[in-house]
Amino acid sequence: MKKFGEKIPQSLFFIMALSALSALALITVFIFVEGIPLIAKVGLFNFIFGMKWAPSLGQYGIFPMIVGTVVVTLGAIILGVPIALCCSIFLAEFAPKKLSNLVRPAIQLLAGIPSVVFGFWGLIFIVPAIRNYLGGPGLSILAGSIILAIMILPTIISISEVSLISVSPLLKEGAFALGATHWQTIRSVLVPAAKSGILASIILGIGRAVGETMAVIMVLGNAVALPSSILDPARTLTTNIGIEMGYASGEHQQALFATGIVLLVIIMILNSIAQYAIRRK
Amino acid sequence: MENIKEQDKISIKNLNFYYGKTEVLKDLSLLVKANEILSIFGPANSGTTTLLRTMNRMTELVPGSRIGGEIFLDGHNIHSANVNISELRRKVGMVFEVPAPLPMSIFNNIAYGPRLSGIKNRATLEEIVEKSLQMSVLWDEVKDRLHTSGMSLSGGQQQRLCIARILALNPEVILLDRPCSGLDPVSTSKIEESLRQLKEKITIIIVPHNVQQAGRVADRVAFLLMGNLVEVGITAEVFENPKDKRTSDYITGRFG
Amino acid sequence: MRIRLNPRTSQKIAKVVIWSAAILVLFVLFSIIIYILSKGIPNITWQFLTQIPSDMGRSGGILSPIVGTLSVTLVAVIVATPLGVGTAFYLTEYTRESTITKIIRFSAESLAGIPSIVYGLFGFIFFVIYLKLGWSILSGGLTLAVMILPTIIRTSEEAIRTVPPMYREVSFSLGGTKWQTMLKVLGPSALPGISTGIILGIGRCVAETAAVILTAGSALRMPISIFSPARTMAVHFYILAREGISLERAYGTAALLIILILLINIGANLLVNKFVAKGH
Repeated sequence: MKKFGEKIPQSLFFIMALSALSALALITVFIFVEGIPLIAKVGLFNFIFGMKWAPSLGQYGIFPMIVGTVVVTLGAIILGVPIALCCSIFLAEFAPKKLSNLVRPAIQLLAGIPSVVFGFWGLIFIVPAIRNYLGGPGLSILAGSIILAIMILPTIISISEVSLISVSPLLKEGAFALGATHWQTIRSVLVPAAKSGILASIILGIGRAVGETMAVIMVLGNAVALPSSILDPARTLTTNIGIEMGYASGEHQQALFATGIVLLVIIMILNSIAQYAIRRK
Repeated sequence: MENIKEQDKISIKNLNFYYGKTEVLKDLSLLVKANEILSIFGPANSGTTTLLRTMNRMTELVPGSRIGGEIFLDGHNIHSANVNISELRRKVGMVFEVPAPLPMSIFNNIAYGPRLSGIKNRATLEEIVEKSLQMSVLWDEVKDRLHTSGMSLSGGQQQRLCIARILALNPEVILLDRPCSGLDPVSTSKIEESLRQLKEKITIIIVPHNVQQAGRVADRVAFLLMGNLVEVGITAEVFENPKDKRTSDYITGRFG
Repeated sequence: MRIRLNPRTSQKIAKVVIWSAAILVLFVLFSIIIYILSKGIPNITWQFLTQIPSDMGRSGGILSPIVGTLSVTLVAVIVATPLGVGTAFYLTEYTRESTITKIIRFSAESLAGIPSIVYGLFGFIFFVIYLKLGWSILSGGLTLAVMILPTIIRTSEEAIRTVPPMYREVSFSLGGTKWQTMLKVLGPSALPGISTGIILGIGRCVAETAAVILTAGSALRMPISIFSPARTMAVHFYILAREGISLERAYGTAALLIILILLINIGANLLVNKFVAKGH
């Protein structure tokens, strides 16, 4: 009967639609199941605030890695956001149509370059430059921040540009009618109006920076100790997993999963903040 | 089944219709005779389009809508459980206000409906396409470019394409919702002419874009005001001697 | 101390700064691409493309990594596309905004934010260990499928939503069922947009390293089935570069990757333009 024929597609599509939810559930469950026992054993406080990461001695403190993640990400934001914002303003307001139609795909191309290539390029150019002009081994937090800044540019630029473009033209016209220059309009009307979208893009950029592994592994050095300056090498939560997963086993491996739990929690928090920021519009 | 006269094609009894909390059609009863052109007219937001759409159950596509009362097609309740909606919509076809060719060739536009109902034979489809285009007075204009896109036609041609699309399914009733709004007078008269020819075999219900059109094409007219059926009757009688003051006010342009 | 600038001066300064930023970004992009291509293309010889690596990658070509990339990507696309497009159709055609749709969207968005290394951990513990698929093309492909699922859902949903609602009405009024309408009208109309999402997903698969190395392994042998372990080009490049095994081959691999990404991006852009040109 015809009704029967319609029920089947509907159920089929419903099951397909559950795939995203199931995947998320599976990921959460399996990562947590692998990692929690270790956190329980070591103690949450010792795990997160412990200063020593020495698996062979049974010590699993990830605080140096947390510091590494935070500082590298902060650096990436400080370096990347201003440039990204300028670029999005460029695309939205300054570039003639033909140029923006070339620049936009170029930014997308930047987004598609494999992270290992970024890391390699950083190793060849950025690291020696830092070593020669600023000192230190070159493999450093600074190198990581620079590379990450480049990598998060496309994320921030594309979303911010969309936010800027969607601002009502009436707002712009109103400002011009009051005698404002182009830049004054951008600064005082356009950017504030696009604030929530820009903010969301930055938070997404932070998420991307926090989650990046391969590029950072290649330029950050491998030091497990707490860094004391941006010229020091360091590890992030992600590079910790990336470097050691290849040979970890047993408890050590569980500790890496526990690090994964921390990453998941950080990302969840970031996502919630982003959602909140968007909703405040 | 109540007293349904033989010539009533569609019988509507005590129809109520709600979009959410708004009552759009109020306790409406109407008979549509077979092979007539009935025009349902009234000011904007009176429910004319909604009334049309209840007759082929297109109103069910809107979530949050509720319907009460009964609608019979040839004596059968169109809402009963063993009614196949697809079949119903093939029997009771609809032409929309804005011409909407599907993004396909002219041929495929018209063959779309028959293909959905299972007709696959190429020769049969070609025959159906030609016949439908002739009945909607479009064949001569497009016979040499059946495989060009339907979107490349003019507004008037597109609307006749939409009529041909329905004719390809051999409908018993055609519902037209302001089919000529936005069309030039020549296209409008072509369409009105084809309706007069079609009514020999098909029952036609049309919501006109202005009252004059009702006067030109309809055998009978029904005046709808704010969801209420005010008056129904033979066109000339209703226009010259309306029984209800509201009808005469509307026709003479005092409102709407 | 606030310097009061003449608005016209600040306008000029702003213009210079903004143009400089854009030029800087483009400069960085081009220098990376040109550097890699210039060092790498000379190494892309016929032997390079058709021989498998030997001596830990010190000599030979990159045939097996090429096959690895292609197979892993193929598995990912074959699994993720029906699920993603199906989800998109479900969200647009079968439900209104409700708790279920919010949950599904939340899941998709969350998946998009998960770091690739965590995907690697998941893929390892779930596909490689728990499902006993071992380090294999299948494990890698399935992990990548989950990674690209959100992209496909998002672009497909957008594509389907831009199909004029009128087409649905017309199809229903001609007696079409939901399924027939999806298959014959919505699907074809949304195809360019959906394909763009798939192509973006392919780009992601080709570039991905962290998740793949933990699930497909890093074996250099030519894989013989989807249960064989395999190395992708991105992983191969990483290992060559990090261990300093062979700089020429590293550059060659990177150049090939860049060329692939370029082609993928051009393909996606062409489709987007076709999508826009179809008129809405």
